[in-house]
Amino acid sequence: MSDQKTREITYLEAVREAMVQEMRSDPDVFLMGEDIGVYGGAFGVSQGMLDEFGPERIRETPISEEAIAGAATGAAMMGMRPIIEIMFMDFLTLAMDQLANQAAKIRFMFGGQTSVPLVCRAPAGSGTGAAAQHCQSLEAWLVHAPGIKVVAPSTPYDAKGLLVTSIRDNNPVFFMEHKLLYRTKGQVPEDLYSIPFGQAEVKRPGRDLTVIAYSNMVVRALEAAEILAVENIEIEVVDLRTLKPLDEATLIASVCKTGRVLIVHEAPLTGGFGGELAALIAGGEAFDFLDAPIRRLAGLDIPIPYNRTLERATVPQVEDIVAAARILAKEGK
Amino acid sequence: MENASIAVPPSGGGAFLRTVDSASLSHQLPHEKLAWMLRKMCETRYFEEKAEELYTRGLVHGTMHLSIGMEASPIGSIGALEPDDLIIHHHRGHGHTIAKGADIAIMMGEFLGKEPGYCRGRGGSMHIADMQGGNFGATGIVGGGIPIAVGIGLALHMRRSSQVLLSFFGDGTTNEGAFHEALNLASIWKLPIVFICDNNKYGMSMDVHQVMNIEYISERAASYGIPGVSIDGNDVLTVYQVIGEAIARARAGEGPMLVENLTYRWRGHSKSDRNLYRTQEEIAEWMERCPIKRFKQLLVTEHIMDEVEVEDIDLQAKETIDQSAEEAVLMPEPSPENMEDEVYAP
Repeated sequence: MSDQKTREITYLEAVREAMVQEMRSDPDVFLMGEDIGVYGGAFGVSQGMLDEFGPERIRETPISEEAIAGAATGAAMMGMRPIIEIMFMDFLTLAMDQLANQAAKIRFMFGGQTSVPLVCRAPAGSGTGAAAQHCQSLEAWLVHAPGIKVVAPSTPYDAKGLLVTSIRDNNPVFFMEHKLLYRTKGQVPEDLYSIPFGQAEVKRPGRDLTVIAYSNMVVRALEAAEILAVENIEIEVVDLRTLKPLDEATLIASVCKTGRVLIVHEAPLTGGFGGELAALIAGGEAFDFLDAPIRRLAGLDIPIPYNRTLERATVPQVEDIVAAARILAKEGK
Repeated sequence: MENASIAVPPSGGGAFLRTVDSASLSHQLPHEKLAWMLRKMCETRYFEEKAEELYTRGLVHGTMHLSIGMEASPIGSIGALEPDDLIIHHHRGHGHTIAKGADIAIMMGEFLGKEPGYCRGRGGSMHIADMQGGNFGATGIVGGGIPIAVGIGLALHMRRSSQVLLSFFGDGTTNEGAFHEALNLASIWKLPIVFICDNNKYGMSMDVHQVMNIEYISERAASYGIPGVSIDGNDVLTVYQVIGEAIARARAGEGPMLVENLTYRWRGHSKSDRNLYRTQEEIAEWMERCPIKRFKQLLVTEHIMDEVEVEDIDLQAKETIDQSAEEAVLMPEPSPENMEDEVYAP
């Protein structure tokens, strides 16, 4: 991003900009979903896109998630590059046959005769008081379906660059947008750029322990890092950016350097992606460098409750990361 | 209001049934077209009989879903397409694949799980696809293919293509939510798709009329504001004629249509089926309505072909299948090496 012109925009604007710029340059790209036209999408991501591209390419659908995902799959097999917006990640349940049984498997099952270049975007996560059916983080389901790639950016810059890569990728890509990130701001180049998949980023270097996170938990980990720095605990924040493919090298290198690792995600602990990361670290070269047990901080194994206090208590907050890091920094010493 | 009663919408009954004068139609069609239909129906029948034989000989790893007795539906339908039109179908789809012009040796190779098979042994009988031939394959999920059909139709529509898609599924599928979502979407977008229900009377063991309170599945079309019609799916020329009209309609930009091809499968649902849900008499009765036997009789009665020509086509089909099977049995097995590299497209 050397001499490109950058300016501060929100995560939401960055997502929109990636779609708009890709749609301008590639006539095969189109957006499909519920209330994405005049309404601008439930969260306003596609605001204004109907005016520029018209109803052919900003294609509004009935409330039919399975048909939306299926239509994207079929269009992708025809060489189009559909982006679908599922209004809440929770509604993936309704589209799951098409995503997991069809889109993910068709290439392999048909012996490589075709590919399915679609992007499924959806807002995820809690913090908005939307309760148990509008707040989930279901990335572990998708990671568990071979054939799908899973992207979970934490900044506006990453959101734009990774969405461009998602649209250009020749496979089904799930693009996870945390609702609390939509209004966050950051420097983003005006021009088109892409960020390769499978490249984690050290969002903050530190010597004492590694925090591995993605999506909104990166923001919380960085806030926690500021608090901990005052106490002279320097945490290194590794942002995975893509869960599949996973950049094992960057996270292993970080753990080898610090000797301590805290894995943080919002999704429930049991069966969460953190278990996969923990097994990866324990089973590889980083194991010999560990000075303390691998720790995980994740959502409780409960549905997301409505009440503000209960909701906060369900998923990791900044103070939870701070507390866990404080203990871990001293463990084994 | 003395006649007031709880309103029960009348089942469509005969209004949905459409008949075609096959005898006169047979005189209007080119001889090659009729010969093609007979050959493809015979190839399908012999393919499946060969599949059974190979299964019995222990050469088949998985299961299979045979369509013996149902051949007129795929062959008549696909016979009405132009070569560059498209199809997507279901797990009982050998006839559809053969009709769309698949190389039968490669198809048989896939059935046996061989490397030169259409899906390199990754898919098997339930997932044969021939993308180059415009065959978007069979899905093993009941109803899984219809939403995909909408996407294929959408791409054709957005590209202003003149191609048409035939989307085949079974009777059981029409009770899936996917059917409702997909037909509604195809209707509002006026996509160039003909939805074809191969109604073979049973969803595995479940009689159609135990799971829906309508006489004809085509009645469901009314919910989507599209035409629906039910036809004798064991008469290849009826199928050809009616699907042909639906194709012309779709090609003209008038949107989708639902056609129900009424037929019957002679064999069980799959290899585990012991036919406990139907009588031998019922099966025998439908075997009397064999679509191949009927077509042969029609061709001879109408003096389109003599018996020698009919049996010659039959024999050629049998030879094609026998040769393809011999070839396929000798094809190499796939290797497990680098399998994981194939999950994602580069």
